[in-house]
Amino acid sequence: MELGHQIWHGIEHVFIEQSLVAAFAVVGALILVSNLAAKRFTKGRVHGSAIAIVLGLVLAYFGGLYTGGKKGIADIPALAGIGLMGGAMLRDFAIVATAFEVDVTEARRAGLIGVLALALGTIIPFLVGTLTAVAFGYHDAVSITTIGAGAITYIVGPVTGAAIGADSTVMALSIATGVTKAVMVMVGTPLVAKLIGLDNPRSAMAYGGLMGTVSGVAGGLAATDPKLVPYGALTATFHTGIGCLVGPSIFYLTVRALVG
Amino acid sequence: MIVLGVALLAACTLIGVYLGDLLGVALGVKANVGGVGIAMILLILARLWLSRRGGLTKGIQFGVEFWAGMYIPIVVAMAAQQNVVAAVSGGPIVIIAATGSLVLCFGAVALLSRIGRRDPGSPAVEHGGSVIGGEADPVPAGKQG
Repeated sequence: MELGHQIWHGIEHVFIEQSLVAAFAVVGALILVSNLAAKRFTKGRVHGSAIAIVLGLVLAYFGGLYTGGKKGIADIPALAGIGLMGGAMLRDFAIVATAFEVDVTEARRAGLIGVLALALGTIIPFLVGTLTAVAFGYHDAVSITTIGAGAITYIVGPVTGAAIGADSTVMALSIATGVTKAVMVMVGTPLVAKLIGLDNPRSAMAYGGLMGTVSGVAGGLAATDPKLVPYGALTATFHTGIGCLVGPSIFYLTVRALVG
Repeated sequence: MIVLGVALLAACTLIGVYLGDLLGVALGVKANVGGVGIAMILLILARLWLSRRGGLTKGIQFGVEFWAGMYIPIVVAMAAQQNVVAAVSGGPIVIIAATGSLVLCFGAVALLSRIGRRDPGSPAVEHGGSVIGGEADPVPAGKQG
C-alpha cells in the first residue's frame, strides 16, 4: 500500500518535472488509441484525428469538472505540459509550418473567395449573435454588440467588450458563445465536410474565412483532411484581427444607431 | 542542417507576428491582425526563393516539415485544454448564437465552394496532406518548388 503510493507519487513527480515531454507521450498515446479505434470500429470511415480531437474535448470537459479551472485537462498539474504543447505559441508555430506545403497557384486562385469569405464570416455571426441577444431581452448597444462579437470568435468578443465598456456578465456570455462555436466547429466540420464541398484548397480557404476561429478551424480541418489545413489557416488567421477591427468601431456604431 | 529549417520557421513566425502587431497598432486595434497569415506567406516566399537558388536542402525541409507533421498532435493538445465546461453550460443564448452562426456559415461555405470550377487538387496538395497528416512519406519525384 505504502509502496504503491510511493510509486504513484514518483510517476506524478516525473510528469510534473518533464511536463512537455509527458505531454508528447500522452498525446501520442491518445492518437494511437484513436487511430486503432478508427480502423477497428469505423473501418477507416472516420479519421483517427477526428476521434482524437473529440476525445481531447471530452477529457477537457472532465478535467474542467475535476479542477474547476478554465484550461481543461491542462489544469491538472501532472498534465500541465498539454497546456504548453497545445497553447497559442506552438499552435501558431505548427500552423505556420504547414504553409511550407502550400501549392501557391491553388492559393492565389482562391484569394478572392478568401476575402469574400472573411467579410461574410465576420458579418453573419455578428448578425446572428446580435439578433439572439435582442431576442433574449438585451436592449443596450454595448451588450448587444459584445454578444454579437463573441459569435465571431471568443477573442473578438472580449476585445470588443473591453473597448466599449461591457459588464462582466455580458463578457462571460460573449466568451462562452465564442468557445461554444469553436468546439462545435471542431466536432461539426468532419460531419458536414462532404455536404458543403469541403474537399479542395479553394473551399478550404472559403471555410477558413467563414469559420474564422483559429482553434476551431485548426481542429476542424485536422479532423477532416490534413491536406486542407494550410489553405484554411491562411484565411482564418486574418479573421480575428478583422473582427477586432470592425467590432468596436463600425459594428458598435451601427448597433448604437439602430437601438438608440 | 535541420536547425536551419527550424530557425527559418521561427524567424518567419516572429517577423509575421511582429508585423501583425504593427498592423494592429496602425489600425488602432488591440489585437494582432493576421500575424500568423503574414508569417505563412513569408515562409511560402522563403521556400520559393530557396528552391529557385537550389538552397532548399533536405535538412531545411525536414526542420520545417517536422513541425508541420506535429500539427495534428498539437491540435489534439489544444482540444484537451479548451474550456468545454463553459461551452456545455452556456445556456440557451450561447447555444442559439453559436449554432445559428455555425449553420449559416456552413451554408455560405457550400455556396462559395460552388463558385468557379472545381479542381481535383494537384499532387503537391496531396503530398502536403501526407506531411501534415504526419505520415512522413518520402518526397515524390518532381515535387513543385
